Amino acid sequence: MLMSFETIVFYLFAALSVFAALRVITARNPVHAALFLVLAFCSMAGIWMLLEAEFLAITLVLVYVGAVMVLFLFVVMMLDISLVQLRAGFWRLVLFGAALAGLMAFEMIWVLGSSRTSTGRVAIKHAADYSNTKELGRLMYTDYVYPFEIAAVILLVAMVAAIALTFRRRKDAKSQGVPEQVAVRKADRLRLVKMPPENRARQGLDSTEEVAR
Amino acid sequence: MIVLSDFLILGAVIFSMGVAGILFKRKNIINVLMAIELMLLAVNTNFVAFSHFRGDPAGQIFVFFILMVAAAEAAIGLAIVVLLFRSRRTIEAADWNELKG
Repeated sequence: MLMSFETIVFYLFAALSVFAALRVITARNPVHAALFLVLAFCSMAGIWMLLEAEFLAITLVLVYVGAVMVLFLFVVMMLDISLVQLRAGFWRLVLFGAALAGLMAFEMIWVLGSSRTSTGRVAIKHAADYSNTKELGRLMYTDYVYPFEIAAVILLVAMVAAIALTFRRRKDAKSQGVPEQVAVRKADRLRLVKMPPENRARQGLDSTEEVAR
Repeated sequence: MIVLSDFLILGAVIFSMGVAGILFKRKNIINVLMAIELMLLAVNTNFVAFSHFRGDPAGQIFVFFILMVAAAEAAIGLAIVVLLFRSRRTIEAADWNELKG
């Protein structure tokens, strides 16, 4: 049986994303891991395109690859991480993790694969002028308008929190403290010193020497 | 013919890889965050697949909100990582044990 174009695209992108995910969790260098995560996102965007979620596929590439992964790369490169040697007990943890993940994957594949013929056989066909973005936008501004507003507030809070967490007041920056200037008293700035009177002639001699020099 | 379960199996495999990644990469907290992103991606794929095969765009709206929360989570998580790196000079998860949990 000849495979249809969609089948070929699905298996190609699925293989790419599984490979990229495998490299994300095995790559020694965190920069490589981040770049493979970008590959995983891009191939998954292809899968989403196959599922006719065009808006979300583009959003995944724009927001995730364009913003979040660049943030990851910035942080990875900003923190100079020495590639540390393996601590004792590492391989035990790897074996445990692989066994756990394998078991989870086996269970899920078993359950989901058994329903292969029962559900979701026929995808709903849309009209030719159906616009995914338009439909999502209509839903988002009508049925889901309150969650949408809350989402905006959450993003604002996240932004303020991220800035407030990492903001450092510089020690050497020069700025004017107006309240302190207003509240200042004479005693803070001016110190009166008692001292015996100087000899005028001696002082004049000093100043002429200063000029001559 | 690709059916719903193919997409769900793909999501399951990638989710399991994310779970394994959290255990593999405890050296570097940034890698743990990346593994969490991988898990979120798998979950989003499930949502999109169900949305497509059931003809209900609500699943895609949900994915939209998950993407939003994940972006906020990544921003705050990385800010905390930077903050901890400044004070501890390490990004190993096992070294951050002040809370003695």
